[in-house]
Amino acid sequence: MLRDITLGQYYQTDSLLHRLDSRVKLTATLLFIISLFLVNNLWGYLMAAVFLAVCIRLSHVPFRYMVRGMRAILFLLLFALVFNLFLTPGTPVLRLWKLTVTKEGIRMAAQIAVRLILLIIGSSLMTLTTTPNHLTDGLESLMKPLKKMRVPVHEVAMMMSIALRFIPILMEETDKIMKAQIARGADFESGNLLQRAKAMVPLLVPLFIAAFRRANDLALAMEARCYRGGEGRTKMKPLIYQRRDYAAYAVLLLYFAAVIVIGRILPI
Amino acid sequence: MGIIESRHLSYDYVKLDEEGNVEDVTRAVDDVNLSVEPGQFIAILGHNGSGKSTLAKHINALLVPTEGTIYVDGKETSREENIWDVRQSAGMVFQNPDNQIIGQVVEEDVGFGPENMGVPTKEIWERVEESLKAVGMYAYRKHSPNKLSGGQKQRVSIAGVLAMHPKCIVLDEPTAMLDPDGRKSVIRAARALNDVEKVTVILITHYMEEVIYADRVFVMDEGKIVMQGTPREVFSQVERLKALRLDVPQVTLLAHELQQSGLPLPDGILTAEELEAELRKLSGRETVEAGPDGSEEAGGLPEAAAGAQDRPAGEPGTAGPDGSAAGGLAMDPASDPDGAADRNGGA
Repeated sequence: MLRDITLGQYYQTDSLLHRLDSRVKLTATLLFIISLFLVNNLWGYLMAAVFLAVCIRLSHVPFRYMVRGMRAILFLLLFALVFNLFLTPGTPVLRLWKLTVTKEGIRMAAQIAVRLILLIIGSSLMTLTTTPNHLTDGLESLMKPLKKMRVPVHEVAMMMSIALRFIPILMEETDKIMKAQIARGADFESGNLLQRAKAMVPLLVPLFIAAFRRANDLALAMEARCYRGGEGRTKMKPLIYQRRDYAAYAVLLLYFAAVIVIGRILPI
Repeated sequence: MGIIESRHLSYDYVKLDEEGNVEDVTRAVDDVNLSVEPGQFIAILGHNGSGKSTLAKHINALLVPTEGTIYVDGKETSREENIWDVRQSAGMVFQNPDNQIIGQVVEEDVGFGPENMGVPTKEIWERVEESLKAVGMYAYRKHSPNKLSGGQKQRVSIAGVLAMHPKCIVLDEPTAMLDPDGRKSVIRAARALNDVEKVTVILITHYMEEVIYADRVFVMDEGKIVMQGTPREVFSQVERLKALRLDVPQVTLLAHELQQSGLPLPDGILTAEELEAELRKLSGRETVEAGPDGSEEAGGLPEAAAGAQDRPAGEPGTAGPDGSAAGGLAMDPASDPDGAADRNGGA
């Protein structure tokens, strides 16, 4: 179950989306997310969904692979859904004991669900088609203006990429520790919330220790390979805009303009 | 001066309590004098806690000596301005393959070192290609390291160091977490670097089979170098090694045991082929000397050799691919014709 989380994993294949400059993809993801929150009618969401579907097609990443990653955020989704459904004031539609479902609540819940799903798929599409190193390079280059404000841009980008690289490794580690603890009689499944949270302690402590040990090893390995921050570093894969990148920017702007016009002006 | 030269090198691990007072001092490396010539294949042996990894970290300037000095390629590591030169001329591969791969794609990881050194883009690609080819991992350049086996990951790590064009490469127990196949492939890669690229290799290990090809072996115990010499010189002292809680290669051990039980074998036999040759010499002589009575004793020899043939299978390159050494010995008609016949069928 732990290995199902595909967030932050790179999917190895060759496609137009894989070849795009990571800066384009980062900007696209950002604009896509913004567009999701600006839109407030059905047509807008439909358009966003179609746009995403086209991107997924272009990426050659199997859709199933992405959906598997969604399972991890199912709980969050349900949580948001239930809260919006019951706690939005407005015209009541249905009464269940002390809880009221309102018309506005239904609308809100549906909106949140669609937004979340599109948002997660959209951003995981970016990480699936971009290697963390590219991602880091893209972020670094996009955030370069912040360097003047003494923001450690390179360091932040490097930390992010390392975090991403270690997600699957730590997942595996968690799995291993979990099995070891289950073998010794630990019970992660039963009991109430508090008991379950308590049962996590023997899982988290070794996991943290292992993570620190790994961090220490990795830091040594990086130093041994002459890593000394962003100064004087060259790039193996420098970011150079190609023709397709400019084209992608144009398509992106077109989408953004259209989705805002349609998503905010049309009724429903 | 050699590529690595240490003089009275000592290192203390200092344990501080919460107020920052010294609680405990452990001397991990104690008065080590080491001299390594360029192009050599050096092995450092020692059981856990003998200080061999601490010593290795000095070669890469990850640690600087508490006392004494160490020069890498003529540069003193404790001087701040030399650190990056030292790290470039002495690359390091660590034990855990997962904790030293930075890139999410094999080629990006190999490019990490050159990137840090400020190598121009075009040259980085050339270096990545040539180093991946040198360790036989070029076909995997687009793969995610998470999907590789331990031995493959270690070879990627070696390529990552190699791409920095070091003069010397320190392998700190690179095979400790690998299965026998992975171990073989890593050691083969390390030997190829030494043979073909003429890189000085310093291999730290506690697998004895891996060091028999070394030009020089150092044995460490409690932070000191207690034995040094060629593998033959070191392994001829089986009892001493045992006292240091170290094993000797199984073939050497077998030869030693045979010697103990009265066979006049020389000290320090390292490979199955050598043992075979010695036994062959011996069995020829025994047959001549002992005549019909002694033939039974001589007939026992191929048995022992066959046993030796089975065991060092986990060791690179010593045993013939089909155990031909045992067959060859058994085929010697002078020693024991009957036994030879059925063992021939077995081999």
